[in-house]
Amino acid sequence: MSGYWAGILTILAINIIFAYAIFLPVASGQLNLGGAGFQATGAYAAAYIATQSGAGTLVTISSGAFIAGMLGWLMAYPMLRTIGVYLVLATFAFAEVVSGIVLNSQMLGGPTGMTVPNFIDWYVPGVAAIIVAIGIFYLMSTRFGLNMRACHDDDVVTDLMGVNVRSVKVVAFALGAALAGFAGALYAHAFNYVEIQTFGAMVSIYVLLYVLLGGTQTPWGPMVGATFFTILPEAIRPVLPLIKKGVIAVFGPVVPSTPPDDSWRFVILGLCTIIMMALRPEGLITSQMIARLRLRREKPLKAGGSPT
Amino acid sequence: MLFLQQAVNGLMLGSVYVTVALAFTLTIGILNFLNFTIPTLFMFTAMVGCALAKWGVPGGLSGPLWWPVALFVSSALVVLLSLIIERFTFRYMKTKYGDSTEHAIPLVSSLGFLLVIENLVRIGYGTDAQRFPGPSMDMTLNIGGLLLRLPQVLSLVAVCFIVAGLNALLARSRIGRGLRAIAESPDAANILGVDTNRVVAAVFMLGGLLCAFAGVLFVINYGEVSPQIGEDIGSKAIAGMVIGGLGSIWGAVLGGVIIGLAEMMTIHFFGADTVQMVVWGLLILVLVIRPQGLFGHNSIGKGKL
Repeated sequence: MSGYWAGILTILAINIIFAYAIFLPVASGQLNLGGAGFQATGAYAAAYIATQSGAGTLVTISSGAFIAGMLGWLMAYPMLRTIGVYLVLATFAFAEVVSGIVLNSQMLGGPTGMTVPNFIDWYVPGVAAIIVAIGIFYLMSTRFGLNMRACHDDDVVTDLMGVNVRSVKVVAFALGAALAGFAGALYAHAFNYVEIQTFGAMVSIYVLLYVLLGGTQTPWGPMVGATFFTILPEAIRPVLPLIKKGVIAVFGPVVPSTPPDDSWRFVILGLCTIIMMALRPEGLITSQMIARLRLRREKPLKAGGSPT
Repeated sequence: MLFLQQAVNGLMLGSVYVTVALAFTLTIGILNFLNFTIPTLFMFTAMVGCALAKWGVPGGLSGPLWWPVALFVSSALVVLLSLIIERFTFRYMKTKYGDSTEHAIPLVSSLGFLLVIENLVRIGYGTDAQRFPGPSMDMTLNIGGLLLRLPQVLSLVAVCFIVAGLNALLARSRIGRGLRAIAESPDAANILGVDTNRVVAAVFMLGGLLCAFAGVLFVINYGEVSPQIGEDIGSKAIAGMVIGGLGSIWGAVLGGVIIGLAEMMTIHFFGADTVQMVVWGLLILVLVIRPQGLFGHNSIGKGKL
């Protein structure tokens, strides 16, 4: 395994876990635009514990996830008082506060970041991603998963049916936060370095878009979305010089500075978002599509009862 | 004296926030749509205006433009862009999926536009900060030891006019009545003969104009732009709007000024690093204690996403 592919696989695994972290609140009807805040919490918690106590990776990573999860659980109560647009803004504000605190904390290295001991190889995040995926698939098949979907579709009716909507939402939010912290802790150990710029506001947006483009109806969605957009920059790398040449041929070399290659990937992500929202707003992978792909055919649902 | 000087600077910074926050509050108050493209439109005006004045039209079609022309062209482009965004986020979804305010679709679509525009600007003009080849900023008024730069004073006055004009537009004009009717109930407004499509387009045009104005203001006042300002200024404008209350013009004005002052005062007392913490902490505090903001109504923004 060359270092190049190991790096991509590490990022891929971390992105999948992170996508699932955002998937859980979204699947229960809450758009979470503060994922990067929880990821940063997990990463910095793991990094700090690792440097201070010299504990093993198992301890640091699990405590990173635990601390982020606890923070998510505590934040969920005030935050879930707000709904709709306000929730989106509150989560967004939370991520900004986290990065503000880290920037000002001498203990956490401030803007320069901190180095993390205990390197983990690519297969650790890989295995972790597989375990998380299996866990999410199981979770969504349980009664709790059903409740989450019900809250997403109509929380008033769900409440009337005797489900404690609030607690379902809080648990989904906190579990998501813990997963985001887990992804962050894995990141810290896989790259041996954390700096707050890695967990900026845009990261939250990207991951939310991965999840929404992949589809939130089934646990396949986030996996497909995260995989597609993590592999995409590698896939377009060969054609990138051609695009550049074309652009320069059309517009001429107007700019003295060289643009970052990263930008193209986000232009494509944005275009995909606009097109998907126009043509297939429920995301690429829908539950109907999965049902059609099933080998063992289940009884068809009656008209009007189609899962949405 | 230094304190007063900082207060004045905060007011100036606040006036940029106010303008962007007004654009936000219009779309959210009338259409219940959090338009995430607004920060990027603001950045686009400033950045493209600066680039046009510096390098001219891409493709070597012209030399560097005179700076007012450059800013005018970029402002016109932004209004056009805003209408295109309306076509693809709001109107399209509405015709296809019924009342789009029930969905998060336009919001997510606008995030898509945010990525496209922001990164295209980065690709086109690089990520570095550019100096604006505009008028010199040396004209200062000295009032009792307070230093006021002339462009600052002019833009502060202009913002006052804009707020007054917007208020008059909403209160008096025919299109303003339509806007308020749609804010109240889109369906009823439609039945009673308000041309919804035209009014919605007007909201986006107004939003685009406000963004363009904020961009021009920023360029003239600070003389330096980078693609980063969309994120920096835009997100603080959101904070200001939420603190003031969604959908309220005076809320956006007060919120923008509060954020501007808070930022300058934080820099004055604690240093520049704590700004982010103070601004966003303030926002969370407001959201938890008084979620509707200082001036907001309970109903706005509570629709299911």
